[in-house]
Amino acid sequence: MSDKYIARSKAVAARVLGGEMMIMSAVDSRLFSLSDVATVIWEAADGRTPLSEIVTKRVCAHFDVSADVAYRDAEQLVEDLASRGILSISAQPIPEGVAEHPAAEAP
Amino acid sequence: MATSIGSLRLTDEARLPQSGATIEIGGIPIFLRTDDEDFRRLIEDRYAGFVNASAEPACRLQIHLHPPVGNMPGDVRVSRSGSVWGIERGDFTAEFDAQSRRGWVRQSANPYSLDAVMRIMHSLVLAEEGGFLLHAASAVRNGRAFVFAGVSGAGKTTMSRLVPPDATLLTDEISYIRRSRNGYYAHGTPFTGELNRAGANVKAPLATLYFLEKGPDNRIVAASQSDAAHALIRNILFFAHDQDLVRRVFEGALEFVSRVPVARLVFTPDERAWELIR
Repeated sequence: MSDKYIARSKAVAARVLGGEMMIMSAVDSRLFSLSDVATVIWEAADGRTPLSEIVTKRVCAHFDVSADVAYRDAEQLVEDLASRGILSISAQPIPEGVAEHPAAEAP
Repeated sequence: MATSIGSLRLTDEARLPQSGATIEIGGIPIFLRTDDEDFRRLIEDRYAGFVNASAEPACRLQIHLHPPVGNMPGDVRVSRSGSVWGIERGDFTAEFDAQSRRGWVRQSANPYSLDAVMRIMHSLVLAEEGGFLLHAASAVRNGRAFVFAGVSGAGKTTMSRLVPPDATLLTDEISYIRRSRNGYYAHGTPFTGELNRAGANVKAPLATLYFLEKGPDNRIVAASQSDAAHALIRNILFFAHDQDLVRRVFEGALEFVSRVPVARLVFTPDERAWELIR
């Protein structure tokens, strides 16, 4: 199984409100709320830490879930977040500053 | 863009007579300069109650009139190049330099075009300070402002029509929210909706934002901050797909819901709904 690296998009604004992570896409102004688990993954998405390590050390350590199930769910989640342009996924570590959503580049 | 706006302004200032009107909405005076006396009168009539000839303008707009060409308004496009905002719709073109606070509009003598330009300009200025324009009716009662937001058909016009005699209507369509050191204020606006009645040019500290929902009875239902943020952002008027502006609006909206009570107002379309608003 090849691992994945994830990085938060720079084309978003994010803030915790009432204990909930709110994220707004600066590309299309859509607003998202993340669940507790999704927030943990989002906050750990630094482009350098493999997804498997995030799942093991951040998700399984804090939530009652097996590593296999957690990793499968996490993969689905990051694919979903990436499709909305608020996260980047790569098979390689993502250098800082390249996690822009393509559509977010200056006109 | 910046060069063109600068040269256009300088040329016009040298050539055109000093005719126009200062329209102060939300405490932000905008001088609308026009060399067409009929259009100046139209502006003063349309924004009656918001004309303030003695105010020092915070922004200046030169209006260039052209004959109507039958263009449909269509969607508005707002873009930024440096400090200059470009605003385009089928019926007008405008530029506004946020740094010098000067700009111009090319439009026909259609007041609706000018309304749109004014709303967009105010939304850009407000975003810088954490305020916004909202699809909402608002009114002042007992010295406090109440805002009623909702999509078309949610009841903004109904709540406005039912405003009791001891309350003052600020707007039936576009609420004007400014942030100050002490909290948030709602200001009256001349922007009208279905009721076609301009709001009073007054302001009051904002007490509560309600999201309207027609129902079988009258009651106030608590809203979580998250639900409030989602609903608020859906109703804020902002036009630019500009990343900085989107971030400002996002921060402004979340700051607002963390400081101002927000709830759902389920109401029957009669005057009893106002019994809950005090």
